[in-house]
Amino acid sequence: MMTIGLFHYLTVSSILFALGIIAILSRRNAIGILLGIELVMNAAGINFVAFSRYVASDLSGQIFSLFIIVIAASEVVVALAILLRIYMNRQTIDIEDVGEMKC
Amino acid sequence: MGSVQLNLVLYSAEVILLLTLLFSLVVSMLSKNRALTLFTALLGLGLAFIDACFLYQYMPQFYFTSQLSHDNFSLFFKLFFIVISAFTLLFAYESKEIDQSRFPEFILLTLSVTIGMSTLVASINLLALYLSLELVSIVSYALAGFRKENRFSNEASLKYLLYGAAASGTLLYGFSLLYGITGSLNLYSISAALGSAYMEPFALYAILLMILFGFGFKMSMVPFHMWAPDVYQGAPTPTAAFFTVAPKIAGIAIFIRFFFTVFSNQTTTPGQWDAIPYLNWPVLIAILSAATMTLGNLSALFQKNAKRMLAYSSIAHAGYMLMGIVVLNHSGLVAILFYAVIYALMNFGAFFVVGIVGNTYKNEDIENFKGLGWKSPLLAIPMAIFLFSLTGLPPLGGFIGKVYLFWALVEQDYYWLLIFAILNTVISLYYYAYIVKEMFLDRPQDKTQVHVSPLATGILVTLSVPLVILGIYWEPLYTYLSSSLRFIVTP
Repeated sequence: MMTIGLFHYLTVSSILFALGIIAILSRRNAIGILLGIELVMNAAGINFVAFSRYVASDLSGQIFSLFIIVIAASEVVVALAILLRIYMNRQTIDIEDVGEMKC
Repeated sequence: MGSVQLNLVLYSAEVILLLTLLFSLVVSMLSKNRALTLFTALLGLGLAFIDACFLYQYMPQFYFTSQLSHDNFSLFFKLFFIVISAFTLLFAYESKEIDQSRFPEFILLTLSVTIGMSTLVASINLLALYLSLELVSIVSYALAGFRKENRFSNEASLKYLLYGAAASGTLLYGFSLLYGITGSLNLYSISAALGSAYMEPFALYAILLMILFGFGFKMSMVPFHMWAPDVYQGAPTPTAAFFTVAPKIAGIAIFIRFFFTVFSNQTTTPGQWDAIPYLNWPVLIAILSAATMTLGNLSALFQKNAKRMLAYSSIAHAGYMLMGIVVLNHSGLVAILFYAVIYALMNFGAFFVVGIVGNTYKNEDIENFKGLGWKSPLLAIPMAIFLFSLTGLPPLGGFIGKVYLFWALVEQDYYWLLIFAILNTVISLYYYAYIVKEMFLDRPQDKTQVHVSPLATGILVTLSVPLVILGIYWEPLYTYLSSSLRFIVTP
């Protein structure tokens, strides 16, 4: 039977990170981009927990991942408030339609 | 004194800021008087300033279980941010862009950012660093979109949010990898671990790029600058003035602390650092610094909107300040701090004039400045001082700041970067002098009077007079800043 080690956690987290970056770069819907950002943050959270278990001798990494969850939630609260404002003023949250300021 | 008490005393400036924030909200609810609210907030900021001055008597030490560091470096930046946020509140009080009834909210948000920045410059642990960075970022998104009904302000906050969240997510992933290869969250332990064993250069470069994304975003360094012009243009002018000065300088401060603690080692010569083996980041920063100033200045040439022009110019100035990091020595860092003080005065002043002119015209086109020197010289003469100082013409403060930065490069034989910087200074003369020309050499187009209140005059004088004085007599400030550089404290 195969034991789950650090390598497996890092694989999952790097796949999540890559998917998050792809979503940030390719999505046109602002909510989609926010989802990508959540993926990136959670990939970092997985890393912290895995490193805390296998590399470091203390629990600081696991505490860090708890903070990441809280920060991610508060970031989304502000983000959704801003997106709601934009939807009220423009009836769209497609980032290609939002840009009006150009030199 | 007990250890908990000592920790709280060392953190007291932020505690006072927090109490000010709550207290001014209560005052605004009870009295509905804007002037009284402003007075309460300024009183609190003044108390925090005095308190931070008193903190100099405590020995440099780590506190809150080695999350934060109490040293001259963080104290200087605390004082700096407190002063900047006081000016921002005065600016918001004068500006017509901030709705009168929502002024207390502006105080709330600005003071929260100030608390975040003061904690950020003191943090020596990845957790404290990340949390305070997010406090600065998340509140800034709301501050950029402060004018809820304004479409440009909406767009600014969305762009700031998306870029900022992506930057901090990437930074976080970089931190997690750094934690993985060193097994610690404390900057000093990380530095020790990096020095003690061989590290795969590829991993180090990946971490460097991710962390550079996060910090580079804060100080609008090329290629992470794309958000800056839109955000600074769309955000209300007091907010834009605040953003171009405070979070940017905070980004540079934490960049200095992080890179000089983690990615460099002190050499045997005092005041000189070396990059850690296998990671040649100074060269990378040198290239990015040259790119930042060139791109900022070249884009500023073609702007019709004064705020957007100043936004590009603030990108260019971030490039100038990065030059001081490249040389990796004490004189380069003092030059950055010196330039940061001067830059805060002149950039804030230029935004302030743009904001006052914008109050009358409802937009920030450079055309509005035509003949301003004839209509209201009280506004135009300080503006000319700010713009010439931004260019770096003697005998103004901007000149001395640039001379120190250039001199740091000459000492280390970084001549190619010096040539870039000098060429950029020449380019920047064109667009700064263009506004001065519009103000003084052209006749007014219309009869619109620009109203300047006594408070605005006072602010303009307090911002422009130090610039002239610092151009002639800067020795005390330089001495003080040299002593502010003690950020390496032995645990």
